[in-house]
Amino acid sequence: MSDQSSTGKKVIPIVTAAPEIAVPVSPTGAMIRTLGLVSAICGLIIVGAYQGTYDAVAANKRIATERAVFKVLPKAKSIEEFVAQAGGGIARVGAGDTAIPPGGVKFFAAYDEAGKLAGIAAEGVGKGYADNVRIMFGYQPDCQCVVGIGVVAMRETPGIGDKIITDKDFLANFTALDVKLKADLSALANEVKAVKHGTKTGAWQIDAIAGATITSRAVGKAINDSAQALLPRLVPKLDTLAKKS
Amino acid sequence: MNTAQYKTWDEFMEGVWRQNPVFVMVLGMCPTLAVTVSAINAISMGVATLFVLVCSCGLVSLMRKLTPKEVRIAVYIVIIATFVTAVDYAIQAISLALYDALGAFIQLIVVNCIILGRAEAHAAKNPPIPAMVNAAGMGVGFTIGLLALGVVREILGAGTLFGVSLFGAGFQPWVIMVLPPGGFFVLGAWLLLFAWWARRRAGLPAKEATQHV
Ligand SMILES: Cc1cc2nc3c(=O)[nH]c(=O)nc-3n(C[C@H](O)[C@H](O)[C@H](O)COP(=O)(O)O)c2cc1C
Repeated sequence: MSDQSSTGKKVIPIVTAAPEIAVPVSPTGAMIRTLGLVSAICGLIIVGAYQGTYDAVAANKRIATERAVFKVLPKAKSIEEFVAQAGGGIARVGAGDTAIPPGGVKFFAAYDEAGKLAGIAAEGVGKGYADNVRIMFGYQPDCQCVVGIGVVAMRETPGIGDKIITDKDFLANFTALDVKLKADLSALANEVKAVKHGTKTGAWQIDAIAGATITSRAVGKAINDSAQALLPRLVPKLDTLAKKS
Repeated sequence: MNTAQYKTWDEFMEGVWRQNPVFVMVLGMCPTLAVTVSAINAISMGVATLFVLVCSCGLVSLMRKLTPKEVRIAVYIVIIATFVTAVDYAIQAISLALYDALGAFIQLIVVNCIILGRAEAHAAKNPPIPAMVNAAGMGVGFTIGLLALGVVREILGAGTLFGVSLFGAGFQPWVIMVLPPGGFFVLGAWLLLFAWWARRRAGLPAKEATQHV
């Protein structure tokens, strides 16, 4: 039906009272009962699923973290999780204890087979082309340098930004990237930074991938920010971590 | 086949073929375009959706006589959200890498219109077994649809299939195919193929196949 009149006359819409059809109205009790029943059933299913998968999920997360650390510190055989607190102290984080105190910086101490410190690993975040780039980097106290990086999460463009995982020349930046502290241990001696492809001059600079400068910068910023926050607290306390506890 | 078997088979094939959610009804396009960058992602998403579909439709159907129509949408959504949560945990337990690859699209299964559509149009009016068979057909049809996109996009966009390199190191992948535009290209190509095919089977001249109304 159309309310358009071809003659151009104004069409007056006629409002008719709704016909009195006897629509059966559901009793209030029935609605409440059904919603309550559904909530109870669904609640049981959700809690069951959560508890049923809890151990497997926790194990998966631990394995994923270990794998990420072992990748940047190949000699490592086991890891322990710590927090460098705002006051300068270092505290062990127990398994399943995920709450990080405010201002604390999380890091992993990695140990070799003999229980000796094989290096420190920490995560960093930098803004990439599409979204944050989260990386894990390995730190060697002997040389005060970054010795490897791995990507924890990113959404960079395949074929452009994701070259940071595979590009050999780029990864060569991280065989001994200088993150020395100033003499008073208050901050990094040099800001870690990605520079345009082919213009790297210092051991603390990262030679960016040509065409993926933005993602390369994100990696530089992630390492810089994380090292800047962690190392001044960590380095004075390194001897407390030398042996596996 | 006797009639009962035939009916069940028919019920199942409806979603797989005649009413295929991706190619015929063009429903659930958000995950279809977003997660089909690889075959394994496509299958995982399809199976997750299949599971949610079958379980939700089963429960919706069981509750159908108890569900007053005034509260039915709330009931369906709570049921669907429940099974999506269960799948979410299950995928985390199976593989975190897969969980990261599928990202927010697992949670977004809650608002996949295929599922609410099935609950409302079929499960609410039929006994549990036919409802679940019908839902399974839709889920399989959806999985096939996702896989059709995932396989093409992975082969062209990454030169691999299920992660196995197909063309060797010399292949320069067609990266656009794993980016969002590639999803539209490949979906468009499949839809074209299906429309043409459907017309041909119906005995209509191919020329009219483009005139969708
Ligand atoms: C569709 C598209 C995707 C891009 N993705 C990335 C990316 O993931 N990472 C990146 O660093 N640059 C990306 N770029 C390129 C940046 O815009 C920028 O041109 C580049 O990083 C600059 O590098 P260059 O100074 O070495 O040329 C992309 C560009 C386009 C058009």
